[in-house]
Amino acid sequence: MSILEVKNIHKSFGKTEVLKGIDFSMENGEIVSILGSSGSGKTTLLRCINFLETATKGQILVDGEVIFDADEKKKISTEEIRRRQLNFGLVFQSFNLFPQYSVLENVTLAPRLLAKERSDFKTNKKQIYDEIDAQAHDLLNRIGLIQKIDNYPCELSGGQQQRVAIARALALNPKMLFFDEPTSALDPELTAEVLKILQQLAEEKMTMVIVTHEIEFARNVSDRVIFIDNGVILEEGTPSEVIDNPKNERTRTFLQKLSK
Amino acid sequence: MDKWLSLFDGFQYNLIIFFGTLLCAIPLGLLITFCSMSKFKPLAYISKIFVWIIRGTPLMLQLFIVLYAPGLLFNTPMQSRMTAAFIAFIINYAAYFSEIYRGGIESIPKGQYEAGQVLGLTKTQVFTRIVLFQVIKRIVPPMGNEVITLTKDTSLARIIGVAEIIMSAERFSKMGIIWPLFSTGLFFLAMCGILTLFFGWLEKKLGYYKA
Repeated sequence: MSILEVKNIHKSFGKTEVLKGIDFSMENGEIVSILGSSGSGKTTLLRCINFLETATKGQILVDGEVIFDADEKKKISTEEIRRRQLNFGLVFQSFNLFPQYSVLENVTLAPRLLAKERSDFKTNKKQIYDEIDAQAHDLLNRIGLIQKIDNYPCELSGGQQQRVAIARALALNPKMLFFDEPTSALDPELTAEVLKILQQLAEEKMTMVIVTHEIEFARNVSDRVIFIDNGVILEEGTPSEVIDNPKNERTRTFLQKLSK
Repeated sequence: MDKWLSLFDGFQYNLIIFFGTLLCAIPLGLLITFCSMSKFKPLAYISKIFVWIIRGTPLMLQLFIVLYAPGLLFNTPMQSRMTAAFIAFIINYAAYFSEIYRGGIESIPKGQYEAGQVLGLTKTQVFTRIVLFQVIKRIVPPMGNEVITLTKDTSLARIIGVAEIIMSAERFSKMGIIWPLFSTGLFFLAMCGILTLFFGWLEKKLGYYKA
């Protein structure tokens, strides 16, 4: 069964239709890159899946369970939306770390708050917090920032901030991770260090959707590439199919412009 | 010496109005902010009109209205002049504070809310754990400004007969002694000096991160 199914997603802002029927699905451990020019709807698609926007039409399923249905008549509680949201992790283009918290606190804040909802929280508080801290240390170790644990985001480079943001998303053990142009705000050198982390996650078989302009990276890491243009999927296939032998004229011109 | 003592006596009233106003207007202002930012439009409009009236009319007029209106309109005279002063100052300053808060809240980037949301935080948690602290850091300078203004505004209470420091000093000038009137300035200068130091310290304390 597919871990994620996106069915006929439409999204309009006022009279402008940004997504005009997007369908795709993903298997566990699969890595999908989404390419497309600015304004094509890539970011909106990610935001719809992550409940930051409400799609005007369509369905989203996780492990076969409907987590979003635009036609659903009864209003789902915000509590329920939160629960469904936690299937996913999202890494933003602009990092969005919490500036007043240290690196460690950024990673542990959400897990600690969620732990309060556990029925055994009161009795095992210390043990639960210790586990969360241990997991955060482990994550920060993996992204190579264990020595920055007590620093504040403003003391880190953009690349380091983005790596912390990735650790923060991973700390909630999401089923899959979404990246919204994670390196667009970074210079080439810092881009490389973030891509290295993504590469690591790929080797660990993390299910990921990556919106990116890094063609080479998309080619090397992804199992599948989706090219979106003007709110629809124009082309979809393996990296060699889409990037090296695009069938669609629009895809070809886009890739040519990027490689210049 | 007794002249100094009566100045100190008068200044007590200024201090009581000052601290009492801060104590109540700081939370009341937040309540007005939430109303004016509410998605329920009628509530937002009412609080915006309220803020417009309070900021658009003299505090002196508001003092008179609070003192006289209950008695003349509703036959329930204001219990004391001090109560009237409190009510007028609290309402007036809450309106100003609410606008400072609103500016602070609206200046926090949307990404902070969204990052909290995708991490599964409730709306309340996003506000209390993420946004609030950043708002406090941003509003410290304008709040400092407003609080220093309040220090001096407290002397307006004399027009509804609260025996604050300037009223105490004025008695002596009628007796031909001018220096107590000048000396009242020293009280305000000292108070504002302390406040300036305090807000400077607070800004430095919150300056451990940049954003």
